[in-house]
Amino acid sequence: MHQLLQQIFSGLAAGAVYASLALALVMIYRATDLVNFAQGEMAMFSTYIAWTLVDAGLPFWAAFVITLAVSFVGGMAIERIVIRPVENAPILTAVVVTIGLLLIFNATAGWIYSYTLQEFPSPFPDRTLFGALMTTRDVGVIVVTLVMLAALFCFFRFTATGLAMRAAAQNPESARLCGVRVGRMLALGWGFAAAIGAVAGIMVAPVLFLDPNMMGGVLLYAFTGALLGGITSPVGAVIGGLIVGVTENLVGTYLIASQLKLTVALILIIIVLVFRPNGLFGTAVVRRV
Amino acid sequence: MAETFPVDGTAKMAMGRKSATAIAVWRWAGTAALIAVAVVSPFTLSNYHVFELTQVMIYAIAVLGLNILTGYNGQISLGHGGFYAAGAYTAAILMHRYGVPYWATLLPAALVCFALGVLFGLPALRFEGPYLALVTLAMAVAMPQLLKYFDNWTGGKQGLVLVKPMPPPELGIDRDRWLYFFVLLVLLIAIRVATNLLNGRNGRAFVAIRDHPIAAAAMGINTARYKTLAFGTSTLFTGVAGALAAIVIGFVAPESFTLFLSLSFLIGSAVGGIATIGGAIVGGFFIEFVPNFANDISDAAPWAIYGLTMLLFMYVMPRGVVGTFGPWLAHALQQFGSARRAAK
Repeated sequence: MHQLLQQIFSGLAAGAVYASLALALVMIYRATDLVNFAQGEMAMFSTYIAWTLVDAGLPFWAAFVITLAVSFVGGMAIERIVIRPVENAPILTAVVVTIGLLLIFNATAGWIYSYTLQEFPSPFPDRTLFGALMTTRDVGVIVVTLVMLAALFCFFRFTATGLAMRAAAQNPESARLCGVRVGRMLALGWGFAAAIGAVAGIMVAPVLFLDPNMMGGVLLYAFTGALLGGITSPVGAVIGGLIVGVTENLVGTYLIASQLKLTVALILIIIVLVFRPNGLFGTAVVRRV
Repeated sequence: MAETFPVDGTAKMAMGRKSATAIAVWRWAGTAALIAVAVVSPFTLSNYHVFELTQVMIYAIAVLGLNILTGYNGQISLGHGGFYAAGAYTAAILMHRYGVPYWATLLPAALVCFALGVLFGLPALRFEGPYLALVTLAMAVAMPQLLKYFDNWTGGKQGLVLVKPMPPPELGIDRDRWLYFFVLLVLLIAIRVATNLLNGRNGRAFVAIRDHPIAAAAMGINTARYKTLAFGTSTLFTGVAGALAAIVIGFVAPESFTLFLSLSFLIGSAVGGIATIGGAIVGGFFIEFVPNFANDISDAAPWAIYGLTMLLFMYVMPRGVVGTFGPWLAHALQQFGSARRAAK
């Protein structure tokens, strides 16, 4: 029982990271109907920025805030420069463009920072709580994620910009008629997604160590989480990410050797999706004929 | 490469018989010229270049399979590397364990991959868009792990080393060139089969489902059946390509079939033009040569150059090379034909 709880809890900590990245994917999907395959590599790049700042002697949380700001601006710039030209192109073209971005970020990080593993400092002390039930690091990751979610919720619920962004995602034409600058809202969405991804990257880096390929697996789990929750639902993405984290941990501990962990986790989730093809919280697409 | 300049049904009708014949003549001439180049060129190139061109043709067959599914039927797949692996391992296991001659492994590989594709296509019926992308992505990710797990069949991590086939001695050509012509023959058959399939009843049904599933169903097209058929046909082509790769390279290992391979097929498909047949060949060239070209430009970050090249292609030709130039060329030929008729 103790081991089970322990595994569930560390699963939640991993899940919190997947949930953040899943949320970033959902934000971009809602705004531009596009699965951003470069999301993980963008997060990785942000994490390298944070690492450079910490390495230069900045205190951790100052580096954290600066990284978030840089990522936000960077995300907006990517939307404006890279994504906008293919906004009206066939969907596969846009998908291929994000794959291209993935390669560019990965190779550039490898070129600047080399492919060797780097240790990344954790802002949380390494202690265990409640009779080794959980570690302070896990608690820290979960708390940071929750704070971020609360902030985002308040932003989208209570500010005019948040409302405009929701309107632009839901119905671009009507929003434009109401005077919402839809293009700018899309760019903002990419900025937020990049910043959320940066949080995920910084939270996961002390565990995985920093290298240009570190986010590959995380992105896959985040994608799975986003779809499990329903790609159109931010709340679903968070819950989906947490479920994926816990499932992954439990499958790895109790069911099967870790080499097939990923496969089994994916198969379980696909079985769920066969019964709920729009995810747990997604809405079915209704078409007018 | 009969479909390099696709002309759709309505355009054909509008053109009238004479200019349609003129275009048909041009197309036959173009196809014959391309085949002639393909037959002659290996004798002017070094063994290594011949091997590279063989790879291009193998990728072209794989991308052709993906085009049938994604381009003509509108179902995205990020998992074709998995089916490519299935084809490669079917051929490899037959050759390695049962001593089956290499040319006889293509049919079993095709059947295995068709069956796998149909089985996979059935649950895939419930998914579209990003959900289908995830399900197929799972295939691509799971395949190397499964291959490692069932190691008494697949040789595990070490993979299987195969005996490279020998050319018939009376032909007097070396092994690389013999394999080149073997793959060329399969490619030509694949293109012919794909053209017939896509221009016929099945292809029309695929396209109708892609363009408007509800209208297609209302017209009496069995959507489920045709979507599954599209999946099976698509994986059949890709599986044959995988079997050819196993034969030509003489080695299979799980690490050759990473997620990146699946993404490469998708990239090749998009660069060439997803709803074209000739685009598959352009895609094959892109997959084989652009990484090398990127390596020549920059030792430090070749994949960044590769990514940039992809972006450039997508910006300049969002519908792919053949998707952009094909209709343009067809139009130009048509103009040329009518101008000549007017002169007479």
